Amino acid sequence: MNVLAATLRKLGAMAIDGVWGLGFASRFFLAVLRYSGQSFRRLPLTIREIYFSGVLSLLIILVSGLFVGLVLGLQGYDILQRFGSSDALGVMVSLSLLRELGPVVAGLLFASRAGSAVTAEIGLMKTTEQLQAMDMMAVNPLARVVAPRFWGGVISMPLLAAMFSAMGIFGGWLIGVVAIGVDDGAFWSQMRAAVDFRYDVLNGVIKSFVFGVAVSWIAVFQGYDCQPTAEGVSRAITRTVVYSALAILALDFVLTSFMFRGL
Amino acid sequence: MNLSVSNDPNAPLVRLEGVRFAYGEREILRGVDLTVHRGQVVAIMGGSGCGKTTLLRLIGGQLRAGSGKVEVDGQNLGRLSTDALYAMRRRMGMLFQFGALFTDMSVFDNVAFPLREHTDLPDELIRDLVLMKLHAVGLRGAQSLMPSELSGGMARRVALARAVALDPMLMLYDEPFAGLDPISLGITGQLIRRLNDALGAASIMVTHDVHVSLGLVDYVYFVSNGVIVAQGSPEEIRASVDPFVRQFVDAEADGPVPFHYPAPPLESLLDGVTA
Amino acid sequence: MSRATLDLWVGLFVALGLAAVIFLAVKVGSYSSVSRSSSYSVRASFDDIGGLKVRAPVKSAGVVVGRVGSIRLDQKIYRAIVRLDINEDYKFPADTGASILTSGVLGEQYIGLNPGGDEEVLKKGDRLQFTQSAMVLEKLIGQFMFNKAAEPPAPAR
Repeated sequence: MNVLAATLRKLGAMAIDGVWGLGFASRFFLAVLRYSGQSFRRLPLTIREIYFSGVLSLLIILVSGLFVGLVLGLQGYDILQRFGSSDALGVMVSLSLLRELGPVVAGLLFASRAGSAVTAEIGLMKTTEQLQAMDMMAVNPLARVVAPRFWGGVISMPLLAAMFSAMGIFGGWLIGVVAIGVDDGAFWSQMRAAVDFRYDVLNGVIKSFVFGVAVSWIAVFQGYDCQPTAEGVSRAITRTVVYSALAILALDFVLTSFMFRGL
Repeated sequence: MNLSVSNDPNAPLVRLEGVRFAYGEREILRGVDLTVHRGQVVAIMGGSGCGKTTLLRLIGGQLRAGSGKVEVDGQNLGRLSTDALYAMRRRMGMLFQFGALFTDMSVFDNVAFPLREHTDLPDELIRDLVLMKLHAVGLRGAQSLMPSELSGGMARRVALARAVALDPMLMLYDEPFAGLDPISLGITGQLIRRLNDALGAASIMVTHDVHVSLGLVDYVYFVSNGVIVAQGSPEEIRASVDPFVRQFVDAEADGPVPFHYPAPPLESLLDGVTA
Repeated sequence: MSRATLDLWVGLFVALGLAAVIFLAVKVGSYSSVSRSSSYSVRASFDDIGGLKVRAPVKSAGVVVGRVGSIRLDQKIYRAIVRLDINEDYKFPADTGASILTSGVLGEQYIGLNPGGDEEVLKKGDRLQFTQSAMVLEKLIGQFMFNKAAEPPAPAR
């Protein structure tokens, strides 16, 4: 009986902590939005963060996109040629990239490359009292440090996902058309006939935008909220990567069920 | 929002009345009264963890008192809106324990930071002002270095230049002497005094370095267990017979401040009886 | 890093990202395909739509001219009502017929439009008069067997 009560109590404490944490993170999110004006009035601040989140993630995104496309081309060809429809390789590669793999894999890579870096930077600024010093100089760290990093991530992510998908389709084309010898015309024309801009391309962009908001939010929050010690920062970075991955996969399910319902 | 300098020049710049503060259940300050006048350099001393840094944060408006009143230049900090508090902080400078320089900016950009954020001055004027401030701390030649290339003492002097960039009326120092070699320590102490007199400001420093501070400050408060246990001018402190002050000034291991953190007697543990 | 280099890199990055989106829109997806603003919808009822799905293509002479907008069952007559969203650029005579066809043997089902000879053209909200239901494989086989059984046995020698 005692064990049961203790377990229930632990569960209750976890639930309360969880709700409290989520509420705190939401208030933080609203505060970041409130102090976002400066990020757009002083564009150089945001441009700098686009450089760190976006440009520096370019290499990993492009290389991964290419390899994912190559693998999709090989696997897709192997499956499709069993049904005598290897001409549809372009359709398979492009749809799986645009709808799912592009936003999701790019989001996961973005979380581990850029999200963790943002958490580490903000966490270290907190640990070394730089955020406090800024606050004492009457400069709001939310407006000066957090908001530009948040928006830099939100802007970078859809662009990275689009590049990932484009690179992946190129990879699929390399394997399918150049290496295996699927007809070039059929590859592209079947793809164009099957892929719809609004349903497939635009929905993919919307997904990647939502993932960008989620990952950037988690990253800046974990950095800002971390314990100001070396261990605290390293834990915050771990949490950023883990929570981002969970958020991306869960949101992907929710968004997919809304977007492609009735198909 | 009325932030004009109060009319009476003799009115205290900082006044704390019956200030209490607690982190959750843990009470840090239990009724502190303290006054600082313009032109004064005041030291707040006490052992580690006695609540003196908390006191500094209350004066800087980073924390709000649980009860009692914190007044700076006639304004009750507890009642100020965020904007008004920020307006007040533009006239304060704070030196953090390890400088807290922005590691992604050069020395020059660090000192220029408050000027660029709060003024619309042209670049040439900002450059001149920054070089003047750096010259005052003797580091004009280090303007293009990054914070990672500075020694601890130099970093603190750069941080000092940054803190006085906007010519504050109140300077707050958090452990300005911690971890400095004797030369840097002397330089920093002199700078604090000189800058205070040049700016006509008031300075409050939290420290446990008795001997340097006593040679430099106008008034000393001793904090222990969340209350002011002794106060006075440096001469009065040196002559004091108060057991706490004596323990502190003479650096004795045991006295009113116990060597042991409160614990059950050692014997009970050796007997295998846990508390 | 100087301001100018930073701006250059970010500019390049944004341009590359936009280029990727445009590539996906133009080269991969069919941007010109029916979007809701430039289409008109007509209705057609079928006895049996087989495996027809929403957003299946509507073709005429093999050219995609629209998409299936919605499918529902009319509770009074127990027939499927299919809404066809046809691109504004394509006009069809009012007596155009619609039939549900299959691309290949096992491919997806689509609607084929067979233009009639009427002077008037189809307008928004019109109902197609002539429709032909989907070929359902089971029914075809059943019919074939039935016909076989009904045939008189081959004359014995």
